[in-house]
Amino acid sequence: MVTPNEEIEVDREKGNFRFQEEHKYDAGVGLTEKTIDYICDVKGEPDWIRDFRKRALKVFESKPMPTNWATKDLDNIDFDVIRYYLAGDNRAKKSWDDVPDDVKETFERLGIPENERKFLAGVEAQFDSEAAYSNIKESVGKQGVIFMGSTEGLMKHPELFKKWFGKVIPTGDNKFSALNSACFSGGSFIYVPPGVKVSHPLQAYFRINAENFGQFERTLIIADEGSEVTYMEGCTAPKFDTATLHSAVVELVAMPGAKIEYVTVQNWASNVYNLVTKRAIAHEGATVKWIDCNIGSRLTMKYPGVVLKGKEARGEVLSIALANDGQHQDTGAKMIHAADNTTSNIISKSISVGEGRSTYRGQVHMPKNLKGCKNNTECDALLINENSRTDTYPAITVRGNKNAVQHEASVSKVSAEQIFYMQQRGLSEGEAMSLSVNGFVNDLTRQFPMEYSVELKRLIELEMEGSVG
Amino acid sequence: MSNTLEIKNLNVSIGDKQILKDFSLTVPKGEVHAIMGPNGTGKSTLAKAMAGHPDYEVTSGEVIIDGENIMELEADERSREGLFLAFQYPMEIPGVTIANFIRAALNARLPDDEELNAPDYYKALYAKMDMLKIDRKFTSRSVNDGFSGGEKKRCEILQMAMLEPKYAVLDETDSGLDIDALKIVAEGVNSMRGENLGALVITHYQRLLDYIVPDVVHVMYDGRIVKSGPKELALELESKGYEWVKELAGEVAAS
Repeated sequence: MVTPNEEIEVDREKGNFRFQEEHKYDAGVGLTEKTIDYICDVKGEPDWIRDFRKRALKVFESKPMPTNWATKDLDNIDFDVIRYYLAGDNRAKKSWDDVPDDVKETFERLGIPENERKFLAGVEAQFDSEAAYSNIKESVGKQGVIFMGSTEGLMKHPELFKKWFGKVIPTGDNKFSALNSACFSGGSFIYVPPGVKVSHPLQAYFRINAENFGQFERTLIIADEGSEVTYMEGCTAPKFDTATLHSAVVELVAMPGAKIEYVTVQNWASNVYNLVTKRAIAHEGATVKWIDCNIGSRLTMKYPGVVLKGKEARGEVLSIALANDGQHQDTGAKMIHAADNTTSNIISKSISVGEGRSTYRGQVHMPKNLKGCKNNTECDALLINENSRTDTYPAITVRGNKNAVQHEASVSKVSAEQIFYMQQRGLSEGEAMSLSVNGFVNDLTRQFPMEYSVELKRLIELEMEGSVG
Repeated sequence: MSNTLEIKNLNVSIGDKQILKDFSLTVPKGEVHAIMGPNGTGKSTLAKAMAGHPDYEVTSGEVIIDGENIMELEADERSREGLFLAFQYPMEIPGVTIANFIRAALNARLPDDEELNAPDYYKALYAKMDMLKIDRKFTSRSVNDGFSGGEKKRCEILQMAMLEPKYAVLDETDSGLDIDALKIVAEGVNSMRGENLGALVITHYQRLLDYIVPDVVHVMYDGRIVKSGPKELALELESKGYEWVKELAGEVAAS
C-alpha cells in the first residue's frame, strides 16, 4: 500500500488527462439506422440484435425528453453532435501486454492493473465504446463463472443472454434506456452458476477518453440459484469543453436464494451527462444490494431499483451523491414489491456544496394483495453553504394494511460555526469540510467494501478541497 | 518580547458595534491569567477574535505569540501556531469520532509527506484520557454529538491536552458544569500547567478560580481591562459585585 499522501498526488488530476485519440472504428456524429448498421457490422452481430437495435431507435425517437418532471438541462444535450461508437479495436485483450500503450497507461494511472492484482477476481476495462482488456482469474473461471463483454456474451452464450437481456429493463422503459438499447456497446455480461460464491469482486472500469462522445455500456448479470457475486464499477473522463454523454443500462437477475452486490463509485468530469437505468429482479429469497456513489458529472439521473418478485426477497439501495458547483445529482431508488414478505431498505445521503443541487426521488410500491412486506427509507441531505439546494420527492404507494413502511428524512447544514470550530483545531477550511462530509456519510460507508470506502473518502476530500476558493 | 502572549491595542467590532476598545493584555508563558467581568463586556469576543472567527472584525491591534503577530493568519494557521481556544459552546460534528478528529488535527500539524503513527497516537491519546479520567469508550463517540455539558468541556480539555498549545484561551469553561465536572475539568487544566503553557481563563464566576487558581486576575468591563491584580482580586470582585466594576470603569475612563 502506498502512503495516502502519494495517492492524493496521483489523484489530484485523477481522470483529468487524455491521450491523442486514434480510433480504428468511428461511427461519426449523429444517430441513424446507418449508425446502427455500422456498429452491428463492426461487431459482427447477429440479425436479432440488429433488429432489436433498430426497434429501439424508433422508440428513442418517439419518446419525448422527460422534462415534464426532470430538469430542463436535458434539452441541452445535442444528439446530433455526439459520436455513438468509437473503438481502437473491437476485441478485448486478455493480457495487459497486448493492450495498446496509451490505453494501458491510462488504466495504469487509474490504478486498475494494481487493484486487479490486489483484490479482484476479474477486470474489464472499457475505453470509449469497447473493452480494451477483459480477464477473469483462472480459479474463478474454472467454477463456471462467465465474465466478458456484452457483445461477446450475446454471441457466445445466446441462450443465457437472450433469456434475460431487455427483460428487466425493457427498451421502452424510458428515453435513455431506448437510446442505450439502440447503440449499446461494451459493459459486462456475467453468469454465476448455481451455488457458486465468487470470493472476490469482479470489476469493470469505464473510461471516456474522447470528446463529443456517448458511452452506452450494457451490463447483464445473472446470479443463478444460491450463488453470490459482487460487482464493482468505476468511471472517469477527462474534462472537455463540450458535454459528453454516458447512458448505461444495467440489468441484474438474482435467481432464488442468490445474492448480488453492485457497487458504483463514479467520478465523472463535470461536463458529463450521466443518465443511467439500473434495475434488478430478485426471485424468492434472493438479495440485491445496490451501493451507488455519485460524484462528479454535470447531471446524473439514476434510480437503481429492485423488483422483489419472489417471496422473502430483499432489496437494498445505499446511495451517496455529492453535488458540487454547477452539478445536479438527481438520484434515488425504486422498490417494487411483488411478493409476500419482501423487504426493502433505502438509505440515501446527499451533499450539496456551493451552487450544487441534489434531488432524491424514491418510489416504493406495495400492492394491496400482498402481506408482510416492509420498507425502510431514510433520506438525509447535507447542505454546505447557503446557495446549495436539495429536494426530496418520495413516492410511496402502499395499499392494504398488512405491510409496513417507514420513512425518515432530514436536512442538516454544515454551519460556519462548525467549520470555525474545526479550523480552530488546525484543520484548513477544505479539510474541515471534507471531515464533516465524511462524518455525514460515515455510517453508510462503513457498510461498503473496504477498498471502496477508502476510495470514496479520498474522492470526497479532493472534491471538497477543490470547492474552497 | 518572546515567550509571551501579547494582546496590543485590540479593537474589534461586530457590525457597527465596537466591542473591544484598545484592549491590551500580556500573558507570560508559564502563567495562568483570569479575565472576569459581567455579561456583554466583550470576554467571548476577545476569545473569538483572537482565534480568528470571521464574524469579528479586527479594526486594529495585534495578537503576538512568542514575538509573531498572528492577526493576518487564518484561524487554522493561528491554531497551528499554538493558540488553542476551549469553546464556551463546543460544536457537534456528527459522524466524526473524537479519535479521528484529534488525529486529523494532529496530522494537520505535520508536513504534507508525513502521517501520524497510529499505535503511538492511540498510546498518547489513552494516556491523556486516563489523566483526565475519561472513559476510553469516549473516543469512538462523535465529537460533542449528544454530549452532556460536562462531557463537552472534558472533550475540549482532552483536545487541548493532545494538541499541546503554547497558549490556551478557556472561554467560560465552567458554564453548564456541576461541581464534580468542574473539578475534573480544573484538574485537567492544572495538570497541563507549567512552563510550556500560558493560559487565559475567561469566566463570569469566581467559582472556577477556586479550582484553577490564577497567577493574575484581570477585571474587564466595556471592552477593556479596568483592573488587574493578584488572585485575591477575584474574591474582592465576588464580594463587591459588578457594580464596583462600573465604578472602576468610570475611574479608568476619567484617568
